[in-house]
Amino acid sequence: MTTVLQMTTIHQAAVRQSDDACKVGKHAAGQRDIRPMLGNEAIARGVWEAGVKVATAYPGTPSTEILENIARYPAADLVAQWGTNEKVALDVAIGASFVGVRAFVCMKHVGLNVAYDSLMSVTYIGVNGALVLAVCDDPGIHSSQNEQDSRLLARIAMVPVLEPADAQEALDFTRIAFEISEQFDTPVMVRSTTRLSHTRSRVRVGQRITVEDKGFIESTAKNVMVPAHARLRHPLLLEREQKLTEYFNTSPLNQQDAGSSHYGIITAGISYSYVKEVVPEAQVLKLAVTWPLPSGLLREFCDRVERVLVVEELEPVIEDELRKMGIAVEGKSLFPRVGEFSPAVIQTGLVKAGLLTADTTEAAYEPSQLARPPVLCAGCPHTSSYMVLRSVNARVAGDIGCYTLASIEPLDAVDTCVAMGCSIANAVGMAKADNQTRPIVATIGDSTFLHAGIPPLIDAVYNKADITVMILDNHTVAMTGGQDYAGTGITLRGEKTERVNFRDLVTSIGVKWVRQVDSYNLAQMHKALQEAIRFKGVAVLISDRPCVIDPIRIRGAVYQITAATCSGCQSCMNLGCPSLVWTDEMIDGHHKVTIDTSTCMGCSLCAQVCPSDAIHLPGLQ
Amino acid sequence: MPAATEPAVVARTRSVPKNVLIVGVGGQGVIMVSKVLAVLCQEQGFEVKQSEVHGMAKRGGSVFSHVRFGEQVYSPVIPRGKVDVLVALEWAEGLRWLPYLNQRRGTFIADTQHIIPPFACRNRNRGAHSAYVCESVSEVMEQVPNSFALDAVGMATELGVPRAANTVLLGILSAALDFSAADWQSVISQLVPPKTVEANLQAFAQGRDWALHFDRESVKSACVGLLRNAAGNLDNVADLSRVEITEAWCKGCDICVKFCPERCLQLNARQVVEMVHAERCTGCRMCEWLCPDFAIAVHTPRLPYPATVRDNNELR
Repeated sequence: MTTVLQMTTIHQAAVRQSDDACKVGKHAAGQRDIRPMLGNEAIARGVWEAGVKVATAYPGTPSTEILENIARYPAADLVAQWGTNEKVALDVAIGASFVGVRAFVCMKHVGLNVAYDSLMSVTYIGVNGALVLAVCDDPGIHSSQNEQDSRLLARIAMVPVLEPADAQEALDFTRIAFEISEQFDTPVMVRSTTRLSHTRSRVRVGQRITVEDKGFIESTAKNVMVPAHARLRHPLLLEREQKLTEYFNTSPLNQQDAGSSHYGIITAGISYSYVKEVVPEAQVLKLAVTWPLPSGLLREFCDRVERVLVVEELEPVIEDELRKMGIAVEGKSLFPRVGEFSPAVIQTGLVKAGLLTADTTEAAYEPSQLARPPVLCAGCPHTSSYMVLRSVNARVAGDIGCYTLASIEPLDAVDTCVAMGCSIANAVGMAKADNQTRPIVATIGDSTFLHAGIPPLIDAVYNKADITVMILDNHTVAMTGGQDYAGTGITLRGEKTERVNFRDLVTSIGVKWVRQVDSYNLAQMHKALQEAIRFKGVAVLISDRPCVIDPIRIRGAVYQITAATCSGCQSCMNLGCPSLVWTDEMIDGHHKVTIDTSTCMGCSLCAQVCPSDAIHLPGLQ
Repeated sequence: MPAATEPAVVARTRSVPKNVLIVGVGGQGVIMVSKVLAVLCQEQGFEVKQSEVHGMAKRGGSVFSHVRFGEQVYSPVIPRGKVDVLVALEWAEGLRWLPYLNQRRGTFIADTQHIIPPFACRNRNRGAHSAYVCESVSEVMEQVPNSFALDAVGMATELGVPRAANTVLLGILSAALDFSAADWQSVISQLVPPKTVEANLQAFAQGRDWALHFDRESVKSACVGLLRNAAGNLDNVADLSRVEITEAWCKGCDICVKFCPERCLQLNARQVVEMVHAERCTGCRMCEWLCPDFAIAVHTPRLPYPATVRDNNELR
C-alpha cells in the first residue's frame, strides 16, 4: 500500500477556482481545505459558500443533517431555522427570495409532496434571490413510507434537477444551483439519495461568497399569481425550459469518460459510482442534470456508441426522454425499477445484456439469519401508550414516527400508517363508516401533530366524529434524532422561544375532553383512555413524557428481577423492551426473565405489569 | 469534458481498494469503529468512502458501516463477496454479513456476545426457546479459514471498561491491516473521550496482542462450550394448555382478564369469564393463581421440560 496518492481531477466543476493542490496526504499543501464530509454536510457547505441568507427545512431521513450542518455556520452569515412542515419551510424560502436574498430549503422525498403546492406556483413566479431545494430520495426505502422518484415531480413543475454523484459534487452542484437559479429565473432542485447523503468522502471546500442584496422588485405581473398573470407566465416557462436545455448541452458539469467499450452507459448521481466500480473501462456519459435533459449532448454520445444503456435508480426518466428523441436505448429491461442499486445490480444487468460474463465464484457460506427489526428503545414512553391501546382492544390509526414500530410483535397495536398527519382523518373516516365495533383511536406524535395534524383535528370536531386522539408528546422530533421544533420552545440555534401549549391549542379548536397523563403511569393511562373512549365526540389524551434518548439521555435507577419470585408468566415480555431478556432458567416450561442492567433506563413499566412483584429497585424487595 | 481531454485519468492502472465492513446492533458503536478506521486511512493519504445507515436502524436494529479505501474508490458500498475484513460487534450480526466476506482471503473478526432481540422471544409456549439460532463459533471457524472469535466484552470488562469492547476489536483489526500500531493509537486518542484515552489504548493493546498471538486450536477448543443455541421450538404449538372455568364460582371481578399476559380471557354478557383465545394460552397459570374464588384451573400436559436451557441441550 502506498500512502500519498494522486487525486482524480474529474470532479473539478466550473465552480472550483482555487484548485492548485491535487495531492492529498499528510504533507500536501491543500490539505486543510480537504475534509471528509457526508453528502449532506457537503450540501450544507455549498449552501453556506453560495452566500445564502435564509435556510430552512423540516427534518426527515435522509435529509435531516443538511440543515443541522448549516446551523453550524455563523448566525451572522445566515439564518437556519426548522419549519413547521415542508410547505411552510418552502414558503419561508420563497419569501426570502422575493426580497432579493438567496434562500435554501431541504426535505426528504415525501416532504416534497407536502411542499408541492407552493412549488407548482413559484415555478411560474421564478426567483429574485436564488431559490434552491435539496430533495433527498430514499431508493430501497431505508426509512420512509415509499420510494417515489422526485425527478418526476420536478419535471411536472418544470424545475431543473441537478444530481451529484459524490460529496464533492454535492458541494459543487449546490453552489452552482444558485447561479443557475438566478440566471434562468427558476427554482432549482438538487436531488440526493440516501446513499449519497450518508456516505462520507473527501471534499475540497471553498470560501463563502458575498452576494448582492437585490431588495424587493415591484412587479405584480410576476409576483402575484392570478389567472391573468399565470397565463402570461406559462409560455415563459416553456421558453425557460428551452434555454436550460441549451445551457446544459454545453455545461462542463456533465462528464464523459472515454473508454474502450463498444457500448455506452448514460447515468447520473450515485449510480455512476456503481457503474465505474463494475465496468471502469466503459464509455460513460454522466449527466449532472436529469431535467431538462441536454438533448444535443445525448444525441452526440448515442451516435458515437453502438449500443446505449441507461443506468438510473427508480423511474426511467432519462430512458423515456431518449425514447421520445427516437433513440434506441435499454434501461429498465436490464436494471430494476424498484429498490436501491449496488454494484451487484449493475453486474447482473450487464450480464443480462450479454456484456459481461456471469460471476462464477463458488457459493458463499450462508449461516442462519436472525430477524432483528428495529424496536422501541428501552424506556421509550410510547410503549405504555400502545400497551393500554392493546388492552382496550382499540382499532388504531397510526402515523409517522418511532411509534410505528409498535406495529410489530409483541406490541402489535398499530393497524394503519399512511403519511404525515394522516392518522386523525383516517380515524374520522373509520368512525363515519360506522361499521366498527372496536373503539377507534388515532395516535400521533407531537411534532407530526403540528406538522399536519391540526387541520384533521379541526375536521373531526367540526364533523362531530366520535374518536379518541392520543397525542404522544415526547417533547422532540425523535425519529430523526431529537430535533427541536415549535413544541420544545427552543430554536435550531438553541435560543428560547414560545412553546406550543397542546392543551390550549386543542381546546381552542373545540375539543371538550382533553387530559394530559404521564406516560409512565400505566394505571392512569389505562383509566384515562377508557374514559376518553366512553366520551361521545372527539377526546384528546396527551401521553406526556420526554424521549429517553434524544436530545439527552434520561436514565433513572435500574430495576432488577428476583429470580426466585419470577413465575415466567411473560407479562413483562409483552412490553417488547430490549432490556428484558430470557434467562436459561425455566419454570414449568417457561423462561424466567432478567434485566440487562447496562441498557435499562429505569422506566418502571415492567415493575408495573409484573403480577408477582418480582421486579423492583435494588434493595427494595 | 475533463475526462475526454485527460485520458490518462481513466486509463491509469487501478489498484483495488480495501474493503472493511463493520456490523453490529444499534447503539453498540459501529459508527465509532468505522470512524477510527476512516480517519486513519484519510491521514495515510488514501481516498476513503464510508457509508452508513441512519434513522430506523438506530433503534436496536441491525447496523452496518462500509469503509472502502485505496488510490481511487468509486462505489461507497462493498459488493457481496468482496469484503476483506468483516468486524462484527455481535455474533448473529457477524453471521448475517458473512456472505459478503471474500470466502478465501477475507478475515472475520467477531465478538461472541449474543444480543437477543425481543422479536426472537415471541414464542412463549411451554418448552419454547428464543429464536436466536445460530452457528457456533467452532462451526464458523471450520468454514471461514481466517476467523477470529473472542469475548471482547469480557476482555474489556476485565480491564474495568466494558464499553471499550469496540477498541479491543480495533486492536484485532489493526493486526489485519498494514498500518502501524502507533498510527492507530494516535487516531484512537484523538477520537475517544479524553478521560477514557488510557483505558482505550490498553484495550487496543490487549486486542492487538491477542490477535498477534492467536492460537486457532486453543480458541476452537475453548469455544466448545458455546454450542449452537437451542432451537426456537415450535413443535409443541398444538400441545395447548387447557383452562377450566367453573362458571358458578366466578363473580366477574375481572382480575384474571386484566392479568392474563396473552389476553386470552374476557368477561361475557353475563359478567362471567370465558376463554376467547385458547390458541394464545401458554399455560402460565397466572389466572389460576390470582383467582380469589378458585374458579379457574389450568391443565398443562405433563412433559419432561428441563429446568434450564443447558439441560435441554444435553437432552438433545
